[in-house]
Amino acid sequence: MTKAGALTVRNVWMEYPGQMVLERVNLALEPGAFCALVGASGCGKTTFLRMLLSIERPTKGSILLDGEPLPPEPHADRGVVFQRYAVFPHLRVIDNVVLGLDFSGAPLTGRLHGVRRRAARETAEALLAAVGLAAAREKYPAQLSGGMQQRLALAQALMLKPRLLLLDEPFGALDPGTKASMHMLLKQLWRERGMTVVMVTHDLSEAFSLATRVVAFDRVRVDPQAPGAFGATVSFDIKVHRPQNQAS
Amino acid sequence: MRMRAKRLINYRPSHAATMMLGAIPFLLAIGGYELASTLRHIDNANDKLLPSFTALGAAINRMAFTPDMRTGEYLLWVDTLASLRRLALGLFAATALALGLGVTTGLIPYLRAGLSPAIAIISMIPPMAVLPILFISFGLGELSKVVLITLGVAPYMIRDLTLRVGEIPQELLVKAQTLGASTWQIVLRIVLPLVLPRLLDAVRLSLGPAWLFLISAEAIAATDGLGFRIFLMRRYLAMDVILPYVAWITLLAFAMDLALRKTASRLFPWTLLAS
Repeated sequence: MTKAGALTVRNVWMEYPGQMVLERVNLALEPGAFCALVGASGCGKTTFLRMLLSIERPTKGSILLDGEPLPPEPHADRGVVFQRYAVFPHLRVIDNVVLGLDFSGAPLTGRLHGVRRRAARETAEALLAAVGLAAAREKYPAQLSGGMQQRLALAQALMLKPRLLLLDEPFGALDPGTKASMHMLLKQLWRERGMTVVMVTHDLSEAFSLATRVVAFDRVRVDPQAPGAFGATVSFDIKVHRPQNQAS
Repeated sequence: MRMRAKRLINYRPSHAATMMLGAIPFLLAIGGYELASTLRHIDNANDKLLPSFTALGAAINRMAFTPDMRTGEYLLWVDTLASLRRLALGLFAATALALGLGVTTGLIPYLRAGLSPAIAIISMIPPMAVLPILFISFGLGELSKVVLITLGVAPYMIRDLTLRVGEIPQELLVKAQTLGASTWQIVLRIVLPLVLPRLLDAVRLSLGPAWLFLISAEAIAATDGLGFRIFLMRRYLAMDVILPYVAWITLLAFAMDLALRKTASRLFPWTLLAS
């Protein structure tokens, strides 16, 4: 298998009018890394994730995925799981997962039919079984609990085998028990599939129990006269040794 | 401890009581009308203002179930068909416009920049003020009435749908893109299914204005239609025809609203779960 999903961030700056959000951000992730982004609220970690998704463009600097600059818009090479509005409320569980194949297989109608739909459904059902949602496949998302919805969002994002999986506080709204089982699931999926993961979280123990890299964003320079003058940057970059987790 | 009476807000009627309470205003209105009508007829046996229920029944029989002496047609049904046809055409055109313009202006920034100022200005034109222009340019036939209804309700529906599209969480649109969707596929599989229930709501809320424009247009220039008939009968003080016609129009509007509501919950079961 060719290794893919190497992320290189070179001297990235992000400035909004009157407010520097990020400055001098450098980061290199090897393929298959699991990177947790931590930091206080408003330190720019979600902005950074939005740049990785190409929803926002850095003011300065460059972001490369496997040596290529990121395309200027979101694309199937990078999957995402949001904390809210993670899945489509108008589609049944199974249709939420098939959706990615619908888009790639039926450019005009956006919906596969016949033999190809059955094949896509089988792939989707296998993935739903892997995340523990096999029994819920004909339900609508509103009939699922919060944890089950995030499982569905994971399955949906993994359907197209993205090189980079981006998670924006995906378990922030879940209770501790559900959170723990989601951690197990995510770890297992990451080990099996070997994609690079970048997860934004404000939960330090979550970061250290899951990630191979914990990256903290913080404002290291502060000008009390001009609070917007300096942005946050990488203040800590900690490698967590996880020999048993080495993705092959 | 002694049981105290509950607060008023905590008393809830049973199902049967709810039905009965709902019927009370209608029974009061019918009883009040009967009383007033009887009193007026004691003073003047030929009173036309509040006809008795017998007279109303005779008028309904004459309009709905007896062929007209001059044309041989059943007038109520001819009027109903003519009015419903105008209403349906006008609402259909407005819905199509709302779907086309609302979805594109809501989703595509370049089209929004180009079209939304024009739509905002057009929606401020009082439709009744341009009715003479419609009569002059489209003639006194069916087209001008249909255009009036469309012009009257389409701007609201377009703007409502544009807002609804704008309310779709950005997360969902980003997610669709990370699943490889094109703009067209996003419209087809995400935006349309999400806003269609809202479109049916917009049609329901537009029924009132649509009837208003229909009856206005028919009152001014028509040879058939429910609005035409009411205004024609006004000349003869024929309350025995006007009152059943108003009740019939109300019933039609109510039935249309109910049908749209049922259709929405049948077609889009997920909207009921989400609430």
